[in-house]
Amino acid sequence: MTPVDEAKKISEKELMNKRPKSTKPESNISSGDKENDLRNAELKGEGVVISYGADQAVKGVDIAFPSNKITAVIGPSGCGKSTLLRAFNRMNDFILGAKVEGSLMYKDMDLYDKNIDPVEVRLRIGMVFQKPNPFPKTIFKNIAWAPQMNGYTGDIAELVETSLKRAALWNEVSDRLHDSALGLSGGQQQRLCIARSLAMKPEVLLMDEPCSALDPVSTSHIEDLMLELKEQYTIVIVTHNMQQAARVSDYTAFMDSGNLVEFDETSTIFTNPKEQRTEDYVSGRFG
Amino acid sequence: MTEVVAATFRQKTKKSKLVEKGVRWGIFLCALASVLTTFGIIFVLAKEAIPFFREVSLVDFLFGTKWNALILPRSFGVLPLLMGTMLIVIGAGLIALPVGLASAIYLSEFASQRVRKTVKPVLEILAGIPTVVYGYFALTGITPILKSFNDEIPVFNALSASIVVAVMILPMVASLCDDALKAVPRSLRDGGYALGSTKTEVSLKIVVPAALSGIVASFVLAFSRAIGETMAVTLAAGGTPKMTLNPLESIQTMTAYIVQVATGDIEHGSISYHSLYAVGGLLFLITLAANLLSYKILKKYREEYE
Repeated sequence: MTPVDEAKKISEKELMNKRPKSTKPESNISSGDKENDLRNAELKGEGVVISYGADQAVKGVDIAFPSNKITAVIGPSGCGKSTLLRAFNRMNDFILGAKVEGSLMYKDMDLYDKNIDPVEVRLRIGMVFQKPNPFPKTIFKNIAWAPQMNGYTGDIAELVETSLKRAALWNEVSDRLHDSALGLSGGQQQRLCIARSLAMKPEVLLMDEPCSALDPVSTSHIEDLMLELKEQYTIVIVTHNMQQAARVSDYTAFMDSGNLVEFDETSTIFTNPKEQRTEDYVSGRFG
Repeated sequence: MTEVVAATFRQKTKKSKLVEKGVRWGIFLCALASVLTTFGIIFVLAKEAIPFFREVSLVDFLFGTKWNALILPRSFGVLPLLMGTMLIVIGAGLIALPVGLASAIYLSEFASQRVRKTVKPVLEILAGIPTVVYGYFALTGITPILKSFNDEIPVFNALSASIVVAVMILPMVASLCDDALKAVPRSLRDGGYALGSTKTEVSLKIVVPAALSGIVASFVLAFSRAIGETMAVTLAAGGTPKMTLNPLESIQTMTAYIVQVATGDIEHGSISYHSLYAVGGLLFLITLAANLLSYKILKKYREEYE
């Protein structure tokens, strides 16, 4: 199936039913799969400590994000989940005084090796932010900008079209590609930002509360999109919304005060967690 | 009963009402003063320029190519003065705008916190140096250097004035552009970096375009400041009204002419005296237009990246 057909299928499906995907966590993962998934995980952190000056935001976390799965990172505000996420594509480099220790690996690449160019890290590990941040350029240029900057030699118009289709935005914007991206709604802007990341063909997609600024319909668009995308990408999503974690993720990591409290299949975390604190949090008793 | 009310609720006294009113009127008068001054200036400019335009037609004034206001036969074509001004402004702009923008990009995107904290106040101090000092500096500092390259360059020349006006407007351009660049939200930079772009790409291709309105507005303000600049160009560029594009010649700007007439022994009420107001009025209109333009640009694009 060509990407064009695929995208058509996605958007048709969207039109057919408001909530096409099951709202229950995927339960077809057996514990054997889990061990397998963790063994084969390509994005891993060991003993990760992240500090801002004297404050430790992440206090020694061991975590692995299974490939081609969606892993949700949940936890109360200030637990260090966004900080941890941003460490995996070196976005903390820009925060004054932020220090990352421990080992963060993608495949056999040490993300913090002195000889590794952070630009290379971010080319492979893309990121979508909490607040949609389209560039004040046209829709077309928002997507074409980065590939062109990196010397993309293929048909740029085709790349823009495919990326927009993959992000389920093409049908809404195909007739105004050369209008400013700032004229789009918040949900459309966020999908444009996802399309923009996809155009760079990353291998991992980090999403930092991508739906927190969006209405429920836009949120469901993006959740559907994530489920489509995990066929090809490893996705890590930080979210405050526990229903969202339960709906889309295969695995869930629960963090509290800079520590990883529990990591397990999403169904286990939400129905039968091992730790009392996890249970308290997912059942809404604190946080 | 009434006593209880008076004890619980503070009532407006005559005195407090009076104070309120007094303060309100006081502030209003201050605001009025600045507005009235502006209108007063416009009024005086217009009133004193009218006798001039009774004798010299507007067309002759605006399109005449010879300015000879003080000796006979008189001739009042403002183009040589306008051209002198433009020569200085364009020369100064060619130097100050690129350098100012580049230093702003450095300050905002590349400089460490420490460098920024040192350089930014220095820029603001530079902007506060009296302009006559700059003029003297041009005459005694820049011109000798120029002459060391080519001895035939006259003591008074447009290039020297251009350079010194550039030095004068540079801090303003750098500081205003820096503010514009700093105002671009962090999230846009993050978006660029997350796509695997380098610092240079993000700075030049995302931050600068996003701040373009502020940058253009600072350019226009610099332009209007350079046009209005008086003492430095009077000292450095000389007093020879001339239609020339050669920066190595002595020229006269509109402002320098005003200085010459205002400080000379021109008879009050003569045509030469009234010409001062015609030139001043033109200057006023040009800078007013430039300021309005920069205001428009800022207002129109202010929320562009929100």
